[in-house]
Amino acid sequence: MESRMDEIKSTLRNTIKEILYPLTAIIVSFIVGGILVYAFGNNPFAAYKALFLGALGDLNKLGETLVTTTTLILTGLSVAFAYRCGLFNIGAEGQYIMGSVAAVWVGWAFQGLPSILHVTITLLAGALAGGIWAGIVGWLKAKVGSHEVINSIMMNYIAMNLSNYLIMTALNEPGKAFSYEVAPTAKLWRFAESFEQFKYSRLHIGIIIAIIIAFIAYYLLNKTITGYEIRAVGFNPSASEYGGINVKRNIVLAMVISGLFSGLAGGIQTAGVQYRVNNLFGLTGYGFDGISVALVANNNPIGVLLSAFLFGVLQKGGPMMQIEGIPKEVVGIIQGIILLFVASNFVRITVQRYKENKEIKSYMKKEEVK
Amino acid sequence: MWNIITILFGSTIRSATPLIFTALGGTLSERSGVINLGLEGMMTVGAFSAVLVSYYTGSPFLGLLGAIATGAFFGWLLAFLSIHFKANQTVVGTAINILASSLTTFLLVEIWGKPGQTDNVNYFTPWGPFNMFTYLAFILVAISYFVLYKTPFGLRIRAVGEHPRAADILGVNVYRVRYTCVIISGILGAIGGAALSIGSISLFKEGMVAGKGFIALAAVIFGKWHPIGAALACLFFGFADAIQTVSMSLGINVPKEFLFALPYILTMMAVSGLVGKSVAPAADGIPYEKGEK
Repeated sequence: MESRMDEIKSTLRNTIKEILYPLTAIIVSFIVGGILVYAFGNNPFAAYKALFLGALGDLNKLGETLVTTTTLILTGLSVAFAYRCGLFNIGAEGQYIMGSVAAVWVGWAFQGLPSILHVTITLLAGALAGGIWAGIVGWLKAKVGSHEVINSIMMNYIAMNLSNYLIMTALNEPGKAFSYEVAPTAKLWRFAESFEQFKYSRLHIGIIIAIIIAFIAYYLLNKTITGYEIRAVGFNPSASEYGGINVKRNIVLAMVISGLFSGLAGGIQTAGVQYRVNNLFGLTGYGFDGISVALVANNNPIGVLLSAFLFGVLQKGGPMMQIEGIPKEVVGIIQGIILLFVASNFVRITVQRYKENKEIKSYMKKEEVK
Repeated sequence: MWNIITILFGSTIRSATPLIFTALGGTLSERSGVINLGLEGMMTVGAFSAVLVSYYTGSPFLGLLGAIATGAFFGWLLAFLSIHFKANQTVVGTAINILASSLTTFLLVEIWGKPGQTDNVNYFTPWGPFNMFTYLAFILVAISYFVLYKTPFGLRIRAVGEHPRAADILGVNVYRVRYTCVIISGILGAIGGAALSIGSISLFKEGMVAGKGFIALAAVIFGKWHPIGAALACLFFGFADAIQTVSMSLGINVPKEFLFALPYILTMMAVSGLVGKSVAPAADGIPYEKGEK
């Protein structure tokens, strides 16, 4: 009985630690951002007030924040899932783009389907396109051992150009720099249709899908054999190989699943928010944000929900600071600093080194007394 | 016909110039065992700070020095976090890229009071057909080759990148070599950025780097981690860029998106061994821990 209590206590302590480290990094980054705002002659408190009110001030604003959060949850899950297999999927961007193009094609090409069916195949098409796009990178890694980071960066730009080509030719709305609009049957249900409170936001059913996917990802990683194998490969590929796990198969599988998430993000964005795909002049940034989201969450699917919400708040609230005369880019700076802190394990290592120093000092004191 | 060849040649060299600096930086850093994924961001801050300093002092030369100082700082930041804290280099590089793009946009708005682009500043006007940067780039290729392959320091860099433990046992200070290489790589990346701003036009535009840092990184691999190879790869990417401009004026019927994507497709083929196998330095990307087995 007592050991059970101890177990719970230690789990609790670990969980608090898991949350405390990134939280410290986030707070420090906000302080640094505040100092920067102050240095340019603005009031940091007014800036942050505008930020949080702009993102959470009323239900419509919250709705818009959740729209962004939806995308970030999925791209964050994508990066986190691959990371658990030891793969850095910097290509979530390209997978997202492929997902949105596939979704716009399926959403537009099929007319007159029942809505539930049409929405389903539209989202599936998006997910599948992302999965294939990431699968190529995984396959190359497994087959010829070429680095997934370089390949996925390249695939981002190839995706962007392929998407632009399709949007300006086969899917082009004549005379415009964007694609056809998806059929009404392919559009996701919006909260505004039933709830007066969300009238001015585009909040759609996607947020619920994203949350469910996060729990599925958690279950898949932690409670299934596939997840166990994927984590084992991420932890130590050679030991896994020795233990009879097919490393190559798991690398491809983890990349495909990761791509499914990013592709779905693109599909949901298309079917729920934009209904079209624009001709892109640069990458969308959702994939790169996914990296931040995953890292702050320490690649834990449930943590991704929280960190995606944090970044959703930053991104939606940022432009509201402009009312106070503060450039919205402060948000990007905060995001960059958070990432630097979290990526380098700055807080954890500093705490560790401090403790070690203290131990050494107390040990030396004891020796002196002797 | 002759006219087109001249345009193609000039345009190739001009597009390749910023890439060459950056790719040399990437080569040096990876040869010492640190992947510099932050080159994109280092180009961005380099391009910006060059314009900033030139704006305040009126001297593009001081602008270049400003870029060098900023590049050194960001190189140091990557080195500090990835060597001292043993952070994941790819992730820190990505963080630097995000930080660089938002920091420059923020300062752009704060200083010039408008988004998008800065005012015009004094810049390096061309000497003859090309800009000073172009000549400097080719000189640096030769210097990098010489340092890396003909000097004791170059030998140490390569040793540290291939087998840091052996180098350590032989008395090479692994950390110092890596710090030096990564900081120089930051400087070169920033000069590459300056070549884009004060080296060709007189201002800084938001998003002007647009993936060139990543292309340079691809050139490092395409060029098989060799300074001359990397420079040739940059010229090739520059050529692909030049073809876009020329083919449009010639009315060649290839979708422009295909031409835009071509360098990236070729890079993937290169890293996948379809255009000759590229093998990275053995310790590339792996933090070194003293006394670890």
